[in-house]
Parts: sequence; C-alpha cells; structure tokens
Amino acid sequence: MRLLRSNGAFRIGSYDFALLLNSLMPVIQVGETNVHIYANPKRFLSLAKWLMPLLFWSGLLLTAGAIAWGIFVVPEDRLMGETVRILFIHVPAAWLGMGGWTGLAISSGTLLIWKHPLSGIAARAIAVPGMVFCAICLATGSIWGRPTWGTWWEWDGRLTSMLVLLFLYGGYIALAQATAREGGSYKIAAIFGLVGAINVPIINRSVVWWNSLHQPPSLTAGKSAIDPVFLWPLLTSVLGFSLLFGGIVLMRMRALIAEAQVEARLRRRALDDDTAMENT
Amino acid sequence: MKAKHQRMMLVIIALVAIVAAGLIAAWALRSQANYFYLPEQMSAEPPAVGQAVRLGGMVQVGSIETQADGVSVKFIVTGNEQSTIPVRYSGILPDLFVEGSGVVAEGSLGSDGVFEATNLLAKHDENYVPRELEGLEGHKGSDGYSETVAGLK
Repeated sequence: MRLLRSNGAFRIGSYDFALLLNSLMPVIQVGETNVHIYANPKRFLSLAKWLMPLLFWSGLLLTAGAIAWGIFVVPEDRLMGETVRILFIHVPAAWLGMGGWTGLAISSGTLLIWKHPLSGIAARAIAVPGMVFCAICLATGSIWGRPTWGTWWEWDGRLTSMLVLLFLYGGYIALAQATAREGGSYKIAAIFGLVGAINVPIINRSVVWWNSLHQPPSLTAGKSAIDPVFLWPLLTSVLGFSLLFGGIVLMRMRALIAEAQVEARLRRRALDDDTAMENT
Repeated sequence: MKAKHQRMMLVIIALVAIVAAGLIAAWALRSQANYFYLPEQMSAEPPAVGQAVRLGGMVQVGSIETQADGVSVKFIVTGNEQSTIPVRYSGILPDLFVEGSGVVAEGSLGSDGVFEATNLLAKHDENYVPRELEGLEGHKGSDGYSETVAGLK
C-alpha cells in the first residue's frame, strides 16, 4: 500500500494529518488481511454452518438454565420480593438491544469503508433480533416498574432513550428492506445505522447524567452492587442470551445470503429465457 | 490515496462529528432532561406556586407522620446537602415507600413551602440484596444519597 503524500491535502492549521494516517496504515493493513479471510462469503458460509447450531443450542441451554435458576433457586430481594426475578430477562435483553445496535453500526461502518456485501448482510441480520430484545427489555421493565415504582411508564431519561432505540430499529429495518427491494443505494441504511449509534452511549449514561427514576448502573468497572446470589445467574443469563443472539444472527445471515443467491439465479434464468426467445 | 481510505476518513470524521453533536446536545439538556428536582435545587430556585414539578430524594428516617384522617401522610425529603423539603400526600403509598429509601413526588410547591404531592413513586436503588442478608455487614444497601440519586455531586 502506498503511503499518503504530504501534499497538504490533509493539512489543518500547522498539522498535517497525512502523517497521522500514515502511522495508522500498518494497523489498518493488518486488520484488513485478517478480516478479509472471513469476508469471503464461501468461507463464511462453511464457518457459519457449524458455528450457528453450536451458538444457538448452547445459548438456548444456558438461557433456559439461567432462567430456571432465577425463578426456582434465587431468594427474594429485600425490597422487591419476587419481582427481582424479572432481572434475569430484563438485563440481558437491554444488553443485547444496545449491543445489537453497536454491532449494526460497526457493520454499517465497514460496509461504507470496504463495501463488502457481507457487512451489509450482517447489519440487516442483527436489526430484527436487536429490535425484539429491545422490545423485551421495555416490556419486562414496564412489568417490573408497576409494583416497584408504582407506574408502568414514566418519561425519564433511561426509559425514553430506550424507546428511541426501539424506533431507530424500526426505522433501520424499514429503510434497509426498502432499499434492498427497490434497488436504492445500500449507503442510506448504513449511514442511518452509523448516525443512530449516538443513542447507545446516551442510553448508557442517561442514569448518570440526569436525575432519573431508573436506578444508576449496578455493575460498574470491577464493582457490583448486586449480591453474588443474584449476580451469578444474571451473568449466566447474559452469556446464554448473547450466544443465542449470535446463533440467530448467523442463521439470518445464511438466510439472507441464500435469498440473494436465489434472486441472482432467477434473474440469470430470466435473462437466458429472453435471449433464447430472441434466437428463435 | 485509495478511494477506500478516503471513505474511511469520511466515516471517521462523520462519526466524530456525530458523537460531538450528540454529546453537546446531551450536555445542553443536562438540567432540562432531569426527571425530578432534588431538594437543594428546589430550595435554590423555587418553582412558581402551583407549577407542576417533581421532587426526588430520600425519605428522612423518622419523618413519616400519618395524619389524623388516616390517609394523609407528611414526610421530609432530603437531598445530597442538608436542605430538606416537607411533603404532604394523601392516597395509597407504593409498596417500596419506606423511610431512608428513594422517592419521587409529583405535585407542586405550596405557598407555605410544603410540597403538595398528587402522586408518589418509589425509587429503587442499584443494590440487590436477598432478604436473609439484609442488615448484615457489607449488605447495608446504599451508602448514601450520592449513590442512589445520580447525576449530582
């Protein structure tokens, strides 16, 4: 790869940003060579073929175990009583709703930069399960809020920003489907995915920046305000749901690739039929 | 320079701009997007009498008094600092409404300086402690208001 010439194109003030970019080039190159091995659809499909059931079934098993643990084994909370059990679905759902958009944004970014179709497929595959988990998070939170806070819904920072995430997912899915079907530019949905990423840190920080009804984070770097008796089933549940999410995303990616292949084949056949007709 | 790297630059610059714009917007909303006011905020800038606002803080231990009619309660809400605001409310109390725990009161400030609440919401803190461990060393729940009432120091 050729290094950038310091021709002043990237000069801002007295600093030439070409120097900074040149120093980053080796990192970018290493990233490219590694990523491109798996960006090959054939190689990806052979990898996904055995990884998908592995993630899906181990995730399902862990999730079922963690939820059973949370429902039958874990004791009641000192204040919340039985409603504490919602935690084991609510927290993983929130994590995947936000993690889903993070993955969607990263895929959108790599799609815009490297233009690899697999990135676009990954972003589209993440959107639907991400939206489902976001909705699960809102629904379980509402059910928990009624007995705990005394209200189903309040417009506080955390609840509102999470609802915005649900609408962003809806917008992305509509946009990505419309551009895929109507043949618009794939860039539109990708840019939307990137712009929407700003909501993720806002959700995360909403309970710290603003006075909110929702409690501040219980798990901060190296510190837990959750008793181990709740924490271990919670972490198991988060791991299980995450594996399940990965399995669903791979499943959807395979389905989207298969759909694209079918469409390409049909188009080719239609073209062949046309030329055959013309020849007769 | 390859087109790919130009796109990378563009994406990085756009991302930085978006994040900066979002953070600036969130910063500007800092005081507007608060779900409730703390007692010290309400004392410093009292809202107009009768204006609908929310007051949030901790229920002072030993301050809950049930009134003669049996359905009205009076209690004191404290914040990070020493300032307190008395609250009057009549109605059904939420299950988690206990002394020393977080509360959000919806209503308005009366001319006598007492907050007339029309609705009470209990605020849960970030601690999850099983019932049998309650009160044991290391399971005291929150250390203070700063832990449960976020955003203000």
